Amino acid sequence: MAQMTMIQAITNAMATELKNDENVLVFGEDIGVNGGVFRATEGLQEEFGVDRVFDTPLAESGLVSLGLGLTLEDYRPVIEIQFFGFLFEAMDGIAGQIARHRVRSGASKQTPIVIRAPFGGGVNTPELHADSLEGLMAQTPGLRVVIPSNPIDAKGLLISAIRSNDPVIFLEHMKLYRSFREDVPEEDYEVEIGKASIKQEGTDITLIAYGAMVQEAMKAAEELAKEDVSAEVIDLRTVSPVDYDTLIDSVKKTNRAVVIQEAQRQAGVAANVVSELSERAILHLEAPIKRVTAPDTVYPFTQAESVWLPNKDDIIERAKEVLDF
Amino acid sequence: MAANKKLNPVDVLSEIEAKFEMLQILNEKGEIVNKDMDPKLSDDELVELMTRMVWTRVLDERSTALNRQGRLGFYAPTAGQEASQIASHYALSEGDYVLPGYRDVPQLIWHGLPLTKAFLFSRGHYKGNQFPEGVNALSPQIIIGAQYVQNAGVALGLKKRGKENVAITYTGDGGTSQGDFYEGINFAGAYNAPAIFVIQNNNYAISTPRELQSKAATLAQKAVAAGIPGVLVDGMDPLAVYQVTKEARDRAVAGEGPTLIEALCYRFGPHTMAGDDPTRYRTSDEDSDWEKKDPIVRFRTYLEGKKLWSKEKEDEVIEQAKEDVKAAIKEADATEKQSVTELMDLMYDVKPSNLEEQYEYYKGKESK
Repeated sequence: MAQMTMIQAITNAMATELKNDENVLVFGEDIGVNGGVFRATEGLQEEFGVDRVFDTPLAESGLVSLGLGLTLEDYRPVIEIQFFGFLFEAMDGIAGQIARHRVRSGASKQTPIVIRAPFGGGVNTPELHADSLEGLMAQTPGLRVVIPSNPIDAKGLLISAIRSNDPVIFLEHMKLYRSFREDVPEEDYEVEIGKASIKQEGTDITLIAYGAMVQEAMKAAEELAKEDVSAEVIDLRTVSPVDYDTLIDSVKKTNRAVVIQEAQRQAGVAANVVSELSERAILHLEAPIKRVTAPDTVYPFTQAESVWLPNKDDIIERAKEVLDF
Repeated sequence: MAANKKLNPVDVLSEIEAKFEMLQILNEKGEIVNKDMDPKLSDDELVELMTRMVWTRVLDERSTALNRQGRLGFYAPTAGQEASQIASHYALSEGDYVLPGYRDVPQLIWHGLPLTKAFLFSRGHYKGNQFPEGVNALSPQIIIGAQYVQNAGVALGLKKRGKENVAITYTGDGGTSQGDFYEGINFAGAYNAPAIFVIQNNNYAISTPRELQSKAATLAQKAVAAGIPGVLVDGMDPLAVYQVTKEARDRAVAGEGPTLIEALCYRFGPHTMAGDDPTRYRTSDEDSDWEKKDPIVRFRTYLEGKKLWSKEKEDEVIEQAKEDVKAAIKEADATEKQSVTELMDLMYDVKPSNLEEQYEYYKGKESK
């Protein structure tokens, strides 16, 4: 065990797989000598050499499609997009090509690609750096979309993603990169993609969250406990596909749920979770499921982000509406 | 007609690449080395160009300091790039459009953007992007290269309107790797639109060195594939940058289409003030080599030789710049912070029902 921040756990996962499998390549903009703008690839080029860990020319569309091409020679690219707000530049490469590569080939080709990118609000970035665009990815068949909320999960999920023969979008919330440390096993281990994690058991209401919103949900649960409300908190960890079995089991017990996402309200992951739970578990529900989200605007320029971003108070307010229904 | 001799494509490439020589007019010692190309600016114009460059250097120093004090937000330092930025802009005329990248705030300011608004942009306030009437420009682009394609569109619009104006845009060496770069120069060429595309090649895209971006010996030669003129210029030489931009502008308004300009320059500071550490990827030798090419130093020498500039004059400009910064920051501080509900109001021409429904909740959240 070693104390690690989430970003250190991510670096550690890449180093682990670079060691385990000579086909793994890590590349992106400024990820070599510079170690990435957040230092997620710190030291990797030094340890594994410029043939396996390398800088690319500046083009997001170029680097994801370079990855697709490299899979034909059995390489396993782990690609960094510097900020996920730059996704739009790479949209065809990801959604139009990588996501369809396997099915287009009649399953005669695999797509062992991981696309990692920082995202998320609350850290004063300029425009198109903080946006939560996981909903666009979750609506794209052919991809898995993973969003860790802590160092232990981040390492295990990233190792699973790199070992997956299907493409994985791996989104790292910037606010979580260095917000806390925990003991992370030094050996290699996988965390199964597509499995949610129950962060805290409870009996009165289920709070479903992912990414940085897991912390807000935990804070909300703590305050609700003071009012004798027992909240179960579930971290989705994978937003496509969603682990509905775990969610339905929880709702059967609590009969009430709030779904929390940092992204805007329109469409998106939370809307999907609510609709699936309504279809599959309506007879277990005592109240409508509510959502806590950001409003339907673009990510705000930095000055307004504290009001724009959902927080524990928004969660408590919605939870009480559901409890008092 | 002579029989086709066998063309060796490797030789063709070498011949083309050899033709892209760097144009210089004012060397590092402040001497005119290319009399034929000297734009022969009037004394007043020379002094005005120097004034703008010195003022902009002070703005950079103050902005960097203000950022460190937490009084500015996003900031991309400009020191070292005064010739490529200010002298290229100086070749424009009233009514021309500027489509800047995020480091190109100085061009916007000299295009008429009040300094207060530049500071509001840095702080992430939408009012920084509301330009006064007559400032023909877009706000600094965050997505690398996106402005290049838009510039072709602005230029096509000017052409369709029959205006004698141009659209100029800026990106860096890294920007030339984006698909948008090629689309932009190609579209402008295809429509023979009055566009100027400037590449400020400061040798590093954040940390990635120029030679990793492309095998091409120069970035200017990328114009060849688009069938438009390409020019390689000393981007630390204000007279050369001015001259090539002026010629590009003259061609554009004469209906001769777009030009690609590669200006070789250097940013003395970090990529942005958000944690970039250039010592990780540049050597101090490289820094000091480029400091010797400082556009302000050579221009000062040149103008002092012509008795057009003095320490007193420079101190005056420095003091003025400091005063301007002080006044603009004060005004920016007095601007009310933007709110989420304002953002909701700004999103659409006709507000859709989902935003109407969400409005009251955020009014309430804002008042807490």
